[in-house]
Amino acid sequence: MNASTKIGIGTPLSRVDGVDKVTGAAPYAAEYNVANLLYGVTVSSRIAKGKITAIDEAAARAVPGVVDILSHANRPKQAWLDRSWKDELSIPGEPFKAFHDAQILFAGQPIAVVVAETFEAARFAASLLEVTYEGEAHNIDFEASLAEKFLPKPGSRRNNYHPPKSRGDAQAAFNEAAVSHEATYHLAPEHHNPMEMHATTVEWHGDGKVTVYDKNQGSQGVQAYLASAFGLGKKNVRVVNAYVGGGFGSGLRPQWQVQVATMATIHLERSVRVVMTRAQMFTHGYRPECTYTVKLGAEHTGKLTSIMGDATTSTSRFENNMEDIVTWGMMNYASPNIHGEYAIAPRDTYTSADMRAPGAATGMTLFEIAIDEMAYKAKVDPLEFRLINYSEVDGMNQTPFTSKALREAYREGAERFDWDQRSPEPRSMKEGRELIGWGVATGMWDAQFSKTSASAKLNANGHLEVACATSDIGTGTYTVMVQVAADTLGVAPEQITAKLGDSDLPTAPVEGGSWGAASTGAAVQLACETIAKKLFKAAGKMDSKPLGDAKFEDVEFVEGTIRRKDAGGQPLALTEVMRASEFTVIEAEETASPGIGGMISMAQKSRNTHSAIFCEVRVDEELNQVRVTRIVNAVAAGRIINPKTARSQILGGVTMGIGMALHEETFADARLGRWMNHSFAEYHIPAQADIHDIEVIFVDEPDAEVTPLGVKGLGEIGIVGTAAAVANAIYHATGTRVRSLPITIDKLMG
Amino acid sequence: MIRFDYARPTAVAEALQAGAGTHTAYLAGGTNLVDLMKENVARPLQVVDINRLPLNRIEELDGGGLRLGALVTNNDTAYDSRVQERYPLLASAILAGASPQLRNAATNGGNLNQRTRCYYFYDVDTPCNKRNPGEGCGAIGGVNRIHAILGTSEQCIATHPSDMCVALAALDAQVQVSGSAGDRTIPFADYHRLPGDEPSRDNTLQPGELVTAIDLPEDSFATNYTYLKLRDRLSYAFALVSAAVAMRLGDDGRIAECRVALGGVAHKPWRQPEAERLLIGEQPGESVFQAVADAVLRGAIGRGKNDFKIELARRVVVRALGQAAARTPQSQTDKRIA
Ligand SMILES: Cc1cc2nc3c(=O)[nH]c(=O)nc-3n(C[C@H](O)[C@H](O)[C@H](O)COP(=O)(O)OP(=O)(O)OC[C@H]3O[C@@H](n4cnc5c(N)ncnc54)[C@H](O)[C@@H]3O)c2cc1C
Ligand code: SF4
Repeated sequence: MNASTKIGIGTPLSRVDGVDKVTGAAPYAAEYNVANLLYGVTVSSRIAKGKITAIDEAAARAVPGVVDILSHANRPKQAWLDRSWKDELSIPGEPFKAFHDAQILFAGQPIAVVVAETFEAARFAASLLEVTYEGEAHNIDFEASLAEKFLPKPGSRRNNYHPPKSRGDAQAAFNEAAVSHEATYHLAPEHHNPMEMHATTVEWHGDGKVTVYDKNQGSQGVQAYLASAFGLGKKNVRVVNAYVGGGFGSGLRPQWQVQVATMATIHLERSVRVVMTRAQMFTHGYRPECTYTVKLGAEHTGKLTSIMGDATTSTSRFENNMEDIVTWGMMNYASPNIHGEYAIAPRDTYTSADMRAPGAATGMTLFEIAIDEMAYKAKVDPLEFRLINYSEVDGMNQTPFTSKALREAYREGAERFDWDQRSPEPRSMKEGRELIGWGVATGMWDAQFSKTSASAKLNANGHLEVACATSDIGTGTYTVMVQVAADTLGVAPEQITAKLGDSDLPTAPVEGGSWGAASTGAAVQLACETIAKKLFKAAGKMDSKPLGDAKFEDVEFVEGTIRRKDAGGQPLALTEVMRASEFTVIEAEETASPGIGGMISMAQKSRNTHSAIFCEVRVDEELNQVRVTRIVNAVAAGRIINPKTARSQILGGVTMGIGMALHEETFADARLGRWMNHSFAEYHIPAQADIHDIEVIFVDEPDAEVTPLGVKGLGEIGIVGTAAAVANAIYHATGTRVRSLPITIDKLMG
Repeated sequence: MIRFDYARPTAVAEALQAGAGTHTAYLAGGTNLVDLMKENVARPLQVVDINRLPLNRIEELDGGGLRLGALVTNNDTAYDSRVQERYPLLASAILAGASPQLRNAATNGGNLNQRTRCYYFYDVDTPCNKRNPGEGCGAIGGVNRIHAILGTSEQCIATHPSDMCVALAALDAQVQVSGSAGDRTIPFADYHRLPGDEPSRDNTLQPGELVTAIDLPEDSFATNYTYLKLRDRLSYAFALVSAAVAMRLGDDGRIAECRVALGGVAHKPWRQPEAERLLIGEQPGESVFQAVADAVLRGAIGRGKNDFKIELARRVVVRALGQAAARTPQSQTDKRIA
């Protein structure tokens, strides 16, 4: 095939939804101005634990425009059994049910909604609601919660926790090691805080039928959930999430605003909108706080002989959220002896939740700080140390990888960064009053594939529409769909429309785990291939026999035509085929699934993305102000569908990683049982001034086995390990090792 | 947010009349007041929008100073050529604050009167003496990493969050105020107050009084100065600690006069005239700077999470004095600390 004529996969196509987004034409959940809309403002619990003893609604109800106030006292019927409240990613425990009863489980819990004809009336009335509580003792202090930590039962119900596999005698090897290191690392809790706040507009069609415009990462999951929790029947619920202003995992599970808005709609039989405030964005899931003790043993050469990890992450009292924390280090490195322990610690907050690269962003990052410490102890260059302990196979499962171009990532990244110019001693590089430090770390994430369906529809005028219920949470899924379709059918991107984010469309799983591009892309490709076959068949029936005796394998679809690969005959326009066969439209729907071959491969091989992150920081020697002046992130993630959107994903991940390293932290007041810095003025994420050069390299990594398109996904790998590279660079600059993220000025003051 | 009446007078006298009752608030840029109203922290029944008042000029004062109208925006002030040339310390401090968007909306009068960023003050579901006198101070014994270390009371440990005001304190600005009882001039040092037993009062403005202008004295310290701000990210964050230094060196290179004001450490921009006097007649140098830093921080008390601010403030003072003496003021665009 002549590569230059091929369009689509591998080209830096700009986001197809970009113009609509920046011009405001793309509607978000809170922007569907349906007729006769009511506005709900949710009141949040002041206390962290106990129960509501009374709600005085008199003043609130007296506000002109107020239609009703709902709470546990008068809510409509909802499912009683926890089973009915399961969502696509439910975890063991009792899912949170807004207004279910008078119990308070966490501060900020939604306890009532004031519904009014205007938003202003609802908000004013909400401020007048007088709630009386009976408080109980509570704990949200992580340290204190460790006393109650426990080991969840692996494999129980929908429990995605894979207990780490031990091998050899890690403790003995640690005891005997020539070089050893033991330290405890900590990550502060972080709240997702996508730019768009969680919002739902429920449109009431009468007769129990609703369209739910909701911010989430999976429309069909929310559809099933609402149908079940409120007994609506699936056919009566359509969920739309056509545009999502970021998710980072906060929309993987239905959030409470969709419950509240749906409840109010059912109760009032009118359309209702509920939008969380920024402060309320701190009243649901968050990246769990983590403490992680790492023990490493090595020979004098730096060759690891023992890897041990013992981690605890926070969860709520009503659900067990578990993450793979200790497995990453054991998978990435070669060591004959490994052992991992893991527990969760309950506290009186909402359940912690998946946040961009859950588990790895915490576990791999903290582990990579430990590896850095070990390299210094072994007196080996930190990059060299990683190469000495490079594992060709998955170090924990002892399975081969479908591909692992991490060595190339280290090499290309180091070259670009000029790593060999690094002076090994901490505090040995300086310019003026700034100490300069160079650090390296490794990233690792899963390359997953999930059963997904898509449809394609070619019109007589040559316009192609591809559709799938998947979500685009800013990741570029619309664009990927267009590119794969363009690639498969040779139709120009401008002639293609992608539809997604609607539960009426072909079945797709929730968008997360970086499987979107690989899975949706594969489904779109299958659907388009079916169209191609139909077109080929139709061409064969044309009297003029334009393709001669060519078989399907002998033709290619390029530039809006079918043509023989041997360049024989004239290219045949797709529209010509449509016209000749009198088709007004050709449609296809296909499902991509791992298949039996894929299942076997999944059982026998590990599938992961990898990255090597190099970082330069400059730290004022007295004032400890940190500047991250340079990052090179070399990523091995299989085939890159779109280098432009791919790069953006990594830039975003790296930026978030810098935030993890230096800024992001939600502060808890243990006495009050609440998060205190619940605003964007005081919950810090990096600002423009914090971000300097970020260079992204995609390492060549052909992998025909990992997924049908050879794609591994990129949504998460960018954040994994980045904070470790920053932390390691800060150590190299200052000689001060901070083992608790984020590394703020106070921690560097010692 | 609660319901309120709204007035938009065009003359100061009308504004004073409209603002005379209880539960009134003047609305300038709204970047602080509107936030506080949304959070139910500010609950004015009458909002007096002062944006139509003729207080949006920067004018020369007889005797060489400049008068900054209360309604001139923070950015228009910082980028005014007279301010840039003659009061670079003020321009620098303003540009160290907030974001361009905020500074385009925020006014000089509003900046003076902005309220603390204490988490508890902002969250009506927590106790706060400043918001609700007698309720207790949530920050004492709580999350107080950003709180004050100097001049605190057992009632309140909040800081005044402004950057601009730190420079104004160092410059010995004067605040022009109009009220029903007439006009008066308040020296900057007397404008903001310490919390004491009355933490609800941030400053010495009387109810209904309006800030009309800020006067900058002729003495502008345009040669040896700096504004150095340390914060949790490199832009768009309030100061953990900041220092404004205005210095004058004699022909012999010795310090003739020096003012040091600290931000982020107290309920008002913090000055310690005794400490400043230690510098007079001295050659600029690390050891005298250290002594001044110690003197400025004398009596500082940490409350747990903000203990680090004491040492940080000391180091900031030393560095800022060094920057001012060396004529290498801190750049607010290049975040490398000079
Ligand atoms: C996210 C964020 C970050 C920020 N970061 C910084 C920072 O880093 N450094 C910094 O210094 N500031 C910062 N600010 C604060 C900003 O500087 C202030 O909000 C602004 O200066 C207030 O001015 P305004 O005109 O908008 O005041 P308004 O909000 O209109 O008013 C504030 C208060 O002043 C009163 N008031 C206003 N004008 C007068 C007058 N003429 N006479 C009497 N009373 C008056 C009002 O009644 C009100 O109580 C930040 C603000 C935000 C929201
Ligand atoms: S420090 Fe002051 S503002 Fe903060 S809670 Fe205490 S009293 Fe309120």
